[in-house]
Amino acid sequence: MTFLGWLTLFLFAGLLTVLALPFGSYMAAVYTGQRTILDPVFGVPERLLYKVMRVDPTHGQDWKQYAKSLIIFSLFGWLVLYFILRTQILWDFTGLNPMHFHSAPWNVTFNTASSFMTNTNWQYYGGETTLSYFSQMAGLTVQNWLSAGVGIVVAVALVRGIVSRSGSSIGNFWQDMVRTILYVLAPLAIVYAFLLVFQGTIANFSSYLTVHGITGIQQTIAMGPVASQEAIKLLGTNGGGFFNTNSAHPFENPTGFTNFLEMLSVLIIPGGLVFMYGKMAGRPRQGYAIYTTMMIMFLGACIVAYIAEAHGSPAQHAAGLHTGAIHGSSGGNMEGKEQRFGIAGSAIFDVVTTVTSCGAVNSALESFTGIGGAVPFANLSASEVIFGGVGTGLYSILMYVLLAVFLGGLMVGRTPEYLGKKIEGREIKLVSLAILITPLTALLCTAIATASRSARALSISANAKGGPQGFSETFYAYLSQANNNGSAFAGYTGFIQPNAGNVGSKGITLADLLGGFDMLFARYAPILFALAVAGALAGKRISPAGLGTMRTDNPTFVVLLIGVIILVGALTFFPALLLGPIVQGLTPHLYN
Amino acid sequence: MKRDLITSALGVIVLTLLLGIVYPLFITGVSQVAFPGNANGQKIYVDGKLVGSKIIGQNFADLVYKNGKVVMVDGEPETTPDPHYFQTRPSGTVPADNDAATEFENYGPNSTITKAALVANIQAYIALDKAPDGTPYYPGGLTAGKVPVDAADTSASGVDPEISIANADIQAYRIAAIRHLPLATVHQLISKYTLGRGLGFSGEPGVDVLEINLALNRLSPSTR
Repeated sequence: MTFLGWLTLFLFAGLLTVLALPFGSYMAAVYTGQRTILDPVFGVPERLLYKVMRVDPTHGQDWKQYAKSLIIFSLFGWLVLYFILRTQILWDFTGLNPMHFHSAPWNVTFNTASSFMTNTNWQYYGGETTLSYFSQMAGLTVQNWLSAGVGIVVAVALVRGIVSRSGSSIGNFWQDMVRTILYVLAPLAIVYAFLLVFQGTIANFSSYLTVHGITGIQQTIAMGPVASQEAIKLLGTNGGGFFNTNSAHPFENPTGFTNFLEMLSVLIIPGGLVFMYGKMAGRPRQGYAIYTTMMIMFLGACIVAYIAEAHGSPAQHAAGLHTGAIHGSSGGNMEGKEQRFGIAGSAIFDVVTTVTSCGAVNSALESFTGIGGAVPFANLSASEVIFGGVGTGLYSILMYVLLAVFLGGLMVGRTPEYLGKKIEGREIKLVSLAILITPLTALLCTAIATASRSARALSISANAKGGPQGFSETFYAYLSQANNNGSAFAGYTGFIQPNAGNVGSKGITLADLLGGFDMLFARYAPILFALAVAGALAGKRISPAGLGTMRTDNPTFVVLLIGVIILVGALTFFPALLLGPIVQGLTPHLYN
Repeated sequence: MKRDLITSALGVIVLTLLLGIVYPLFITGVSQVAFPGNANGQKIYVDGKLVGSKIIGQNFADLVYKNGKVVMVDGEPETTPDPHYFQTRPSGTVPADNDAATEFENYGPNSTITKAALVANIQAYIALDKAPDGTPYYPGGLTAGKVPVDAADTSASGVDPEISIANADIQAYRIAAIRHLPLATVHQLISKYTLGRGLGFSGEPGVDVLEINLALNRLSPSTR
């Protein structure tokens, strides 16, 4: 551990808060139809889009109509993506497939299409060895935008439901999508993409380079339009790498500066949305309380991960390595980490991308120490409430807030109220379903995978892990997909990547299909429940706060909320966690 | 329902054009004009020949010949590290890989296989530090405990362009001796080609291996 490592963490947390505050106010203006500074730029394109899509933005939708639009729109997005990926070779005429890659088999494509549509970006393929530039752009990049947009609009709709004073409208899905893309994502993505290129991220359509190095060894270097996809990959908490090694690849994340920037860009929208919520509710303190809850849990995760990784791994110690910091090296568990990021830059990055649904990685999670690797597990077990994905984070934690209010109400013996609205049986049933559906799906899929030879074989047959690690990989795979995260203990996908020009990725049917189901179900079921909660709350009368009303904007509530999150996560996942990462973290023993 | 279907179809098509074609073309086009070097991967040419990218690690090794033929192992040519050059970090990707795939090694933290791989990397590192007569270049010789972690652990991308300063400082003794350069000169090169932390605090400094090796060649052409 170094002073600069800690400084990075606390500077990051501070800067994030300073940036997210005004951005939250800006987003509140965007979603309440107020004038923003970007109206002169995007006003015309916005109206044009409504016209082309034949949308009446003034038409308010109730939750069922909103959900219907969302589902149908997502379905079309899925079909187009699947079509583009399956017809990859037919798009050669665009000149955007310089390596002439063929399509992956249908099952891999099913997984990939589901993965990108659900904002998961789980990858059963290697980008630079299987996908054309056209597929990356017109297929994956588009879903990077749209899936992020879908997450955000659900959060906005839920907020409207909570704060609305009358009627059943929770907004207009089409208007929310268009405004999210134009006013929230586009300005950030464009500026950010150029910053990345300025630092060394590549942006071209060249064929792959064939290099004869200075000792004569031949090397092939993949190229591509990386910057545009990298920017939205992180801003939209998507996380699917252009290259197989994701944000560890120097062409995606070239410097310590971009590493810091990438971390900021992942959390800026999820953080900003929380402040937006406070602003839209007319009670900024509500936003601060939720933000504080998230920040406390985030910092805790970072501190644990950093200390664990700086300590080094049992395998390193057994091999005789000295893992302390020395002059010219920060030491620690550098296995699967890049020199330019170091221990702190890798540990914090991976906490940032696993508390959110981002799932980008700049180091190999598989090679993290037992405790360091348990941190991403714990983050995922909290079901995306620590900042979470864009939108998903806010609507997920609001579910927990309602649950905490309910539990608090039971403790003091009063009808639970949230912002003046009574929380009744219907709401709590929906909230419970929204909260439990993701863990249940994850555990069910893990159980099926562990029990079946074809899905389990991957983790057991692959090299270089042992004992509990095999189970950790399998469990992490389905936990990650259920949470729409997409990061991996990559040994689970550790099949041999086909060489350039071969016919796509290797098919792993059961894992592909199970994973695809895992992602789709655990994405859309909670969305429907969240929208249903929005609908249930939208029509409710707001009663004035009385003497006995439990406050939801003070430290006591923050503690209660953290308690509820940890309790639910621990109760559902502790037994499974014990079998994997915790065993590894507690022992210096090496396994075959 | 019908309305939603029409709007969805139109929306997905229009947005695919806008976000999937216009947006990447715009970013890539402007980048090509504004930052052509970076946008194309910071290629390095020597005498008009492309020798690599500044930010992609490569394998500074020689092919192994037997009876005038390159020895192949599992379809890949076998290589041996060239002691005239600073060596990059161990990786599963770099050794003579002819395809563009990058991959994690995915060595688990509690695995005997990981330990074995680390021991092998450590031994290779120590072996490279020995002159043909067996004496170490590094004063007093290297032991496992003195090998910097980044010299034994594989990188994440497999094409990590940098090594730690501690790692470079150890290799400097070998380079200076083999190339008959003063140690101070090699150290000057190390500081010259050290890439600092981002914004002065983010990440760790590292020595760009390709650049320092090219500088070495300019200073004292490889003796081969």
